[in-house]
Amino acid sequence: MTSAHTPGLAAGRLDAEEIASNFADLHPAYDPHEAAVAADRCYFCHDAPCITACPTDIDIPLFVRQISTGQPEAAAQTIFEQNILGGMCARVCPTETLCEEACVREAAEGKPVEIGRLQRFATDAAMARQGHPFRRAEATGKSIGIVGSGPAGLACAHRLAMKGHDVTIYEARERPGGLNEFGLAAYKTTENFAAREIDWLLGIGGITIAQGKALGKNIDLPALQQAHDAVFLGIGLAGVNTLDLPGLDLSGVRNAVDFIADLRQADDKTVLPVGRNVVVIGGGMTAIDAAVQSRLLGAETVTLAYRRNRAAMGASGFEQDLAATQGVHLMTNVTPIAVHGDGAVQEIELERTHAANGTLKPTGERVRLPADQVLLAIGQTLAEDAGLATERGKITVSGPGRTSLTGVWAGGDCTPGEDLTVVAVAEGRDAAEDIHAALS
Amino acid sequence: MADLTTDFLGIKSPNPFWLASAPPTDKEYNVRRAFDAGWGGVVWKTLGEAGPPVVNVNGPRYGAIWGADRRLLGLNNIELITDRPLEVNLEEMTRVKRDYPDHALIASIMVPCEEASWKAILPRVAETGADGIELNFGCPHGMSERGMGAAVGQVPEYIQMVAEWCKQYYDQPVIVKLTPNITDIRYPARAAKAGGADAVSLINTVSSITAVNLDTFSPEPSIDGKGSHGGYCGPAVKPIALNMVAEIARDPETHGLPVSGIGGITTWRDAAEYIALGCGNVQVCTAAMTYGFKIVEEMKRGLSQWMDEKGYATIEDFRGRAVPNVTDWQYLNLNYVTKARIDQDACIKCGRCYAACEDTSHQAITMSADRVFDVDDSECVACNLCIDVCPVEECITMERLAPGTTDPRTGRVIPAEHADWTSHPNNPMARAAE
Repeated sequence: MTSAHTPGLAAGRLDAEEIASNFADLHPAYDPHEAAVAADRCYFCHDAPCITACPTDIDIPLFVRQISTGQPEAAAQTIFEQNILGGMCARVCPTETLCEEACVREAAEGKPVEIGRLQRFATDAAMARQGHPFRRAEATGKSIGIVGSGPAGLACAHRLAMKGHDVTIYEARERPGGLNEFGLAAYKTTENFAAREIDWLLGIGGITIAQGKALGKNIDLPALQQAHDAVFLGIGLAGVNTLDLPGLDLSGVRNAVDFIADLRQADDKTVLPVGRNVVVIGGGMTAIDAAVQSRLLGAETVTLAYRRNRAAMGASGFEQDLAATQGVHLMTNVTPIAVHGDGAVQEIELERTHAANGTLKPTGERVRLPADQVLLAIGQTLAEDAGLATERGKITVSGPGRTSLTGVWAGGDCTPGEDLTVVAVAEGRDAAEDIHAALS
Repeated sequence: MADLTTDFLGIKSPNPFWLASAPPTDKEYNVRRAFDAGWGGVVWKTLGEAGPPVVNVNGPRYGAIWGADRRLLGLNNIELITDRPLEVNLEEMTRVKRDYPDHALIASIMVPCEEASWKAILPRVAETGADGIELNFGCPHGMSERGMGAAVGQVPEYIQMVAEWCKQYYDQPVIVKLTPNITDIRYPARAAKAGGADAVSLINTVSSITAVNLDTFSPEPSIDGKGSHGGYCGPAVKPIALNMVAEIARDPETHGLPVSGIGGITTWRDAAEYIALGCGNVQVCTAAMTYGFKIVEEMKRGLSQWMDEKGYATIEDFRGRAVPNVTDWQYLNLNYVTKARIDQDACIKCGRCYAACEDTSHQAITMSADRVFDVDDSECVACNLCIDVCPVEECITMERLAPGTTDPRTGRVIPAEHADWTSHPNNPMARAAE
């Protein structure tokens, strides 16, 4: 029988019940009493720091007060006016580095108002109701083409549809949603929430999704500009970085993005193979998501190997602690040298690093870890620049997402700025307002 | 260890914490539990005339308002006096007093304003061995419609008349319980004293509607879609009660009249404040109804601890100490100038002080781009609102400007001597300085 100790890659290391429990909501929904108690803690600050910290500028004290006065659906309206993907952001935002870090009760007691969970309480309440909370303005007759149906594209599309424009979203993959659907840890967005949220969002009307359309493959920018009055690119970072290491061709080595996408798409996680000893290379959110989920699938040991120290990791302290709590070994100041094996990966060889004056130097000290699965989470790259000006691997934008080409806007991970769902929503929304202004 | 025993009108009790006449004191069972839990005394739920007892509604009797975390701040009730036969209550009182001789047991009474009614009930109450009686001239709901309760307490002449009957037909202490539903509390207090009452107790509940149901448009508590005003009590009424207690304590006509303090007493501190305003003991109801009888333990321990810290050996050592400091506004020292001071280390940067001052007061708090809040002394009138809205206790305090310094707001050098409205040049009635 398969267990945590079964060598190599194996599915079903845990039984279905354990898997289900492992992948349950990381931050479960509040019941009304919990929400009332949590909402009572908000001080209704003046010019509240949490609003400033929110990339979408949600009026947090207002919506929390609306919850405490018994109107979660009105609270949701306050949220959705700023962030139409407030439901997903409530689940996946690193609130510990955004609104909740800024909460004055974090300063006062080390226990912020749980804004993320309150936002979920409100948005869940509103989304449980039939219908869509916004109405379209009178039709403008204008048409906008949006490439990519991730959070940037969806936010842009919704805002434009609200203004009365017609929107076509071109999506390369088999399902819409971008990283909301294919990225993110499964325990952050359970019960098919990403797909449900898109259905709900499309309730505004005026948005068509054309699937199987990839920029640079079967659509191009000139044709899009021809067909539409404006174009928005929310194409994300579809490429993945790799390393120049011996042994990367061994079976059991893959990139973490695909591993996570498989997890998100699997109806039955007990059929997903995972190694007995898993090593994840990287220190960002993707690395943490891959490492934690490997453990939750039943890997016996999971090591996250990062070349710098914990403070330098892209993942938040909360995420690092989550990984540690789940039994992931956070190994810092190591860089991969080689992957060893015979057909399939058996070991990974790492070298200790030393940071001096900001530069990372190998120390010559090497260590080998048993590994039957190696996941690379060392960053993603822009796969298609469509001939637009770029800087540091991203599409150059000015103001609210204006690219180097007039009539073409961009936002989300393909443009500079933090690669977060909530940032993508803000950029998509703001570009939509700018497009609307340009077309009016 | 402080001595908490009290002697109120000659009635001894092991501590100053009595349960007020109310639902918690309606039955032998409850009262025994209360004494076992450590309450010093009990004023039994108000007795009515012999014969068929009153009836209560069969729907909700209470309404409430809450603060954060659903902390109960105010409670309102439409329950009437005891709805159990007089005989049953008297038998139970007799048994309880026999078994708890060292605890105070007071009978609360409400019968019609007719001499015969009082003459009939008083001897029967006396037979129970109760330590005294409290005349319920306070309940604002239900019974007042029948000419009793607050309907009596609102007419000083009636108070005096009934008090006189009670002193005539009963030889133990008589306490008159006053209603706050009146313009000037001193008049009923004076009437009670004139009638020979040994003490007053106050306040009874405040006429109130706690809420309106926005689905049915019925007041709460709702009885089949209708509501009637109830009597409001709990922490929310404490400031009203303290003022009324103080008014009686400093009125030359009633100064020195023993007072049993009632109204929102929830902690030892509340009790100490009432006693500092002259009360010989305190009566509690809502706190017990909210938390159960065990709450008295915190009150006793807290009062004892504070007395030890302050060096007060007995209740009498600090009773009434605050009374001389209650005065009229016209005598307040206008040369006492303070300014708000914000402790930057304690500040959590919520900005509520700023919003309160900027929007609703004197624009005396500045806010920097990085959320540092400071007081502008040239605008600060020392209103205290910033302190009142600050979530962090002691983060903002008031600091007195020393006499001889200049108040940046007025540009005036602050005189050392007291000066008040009575001699202020803007006062057309000002007396010439002597």
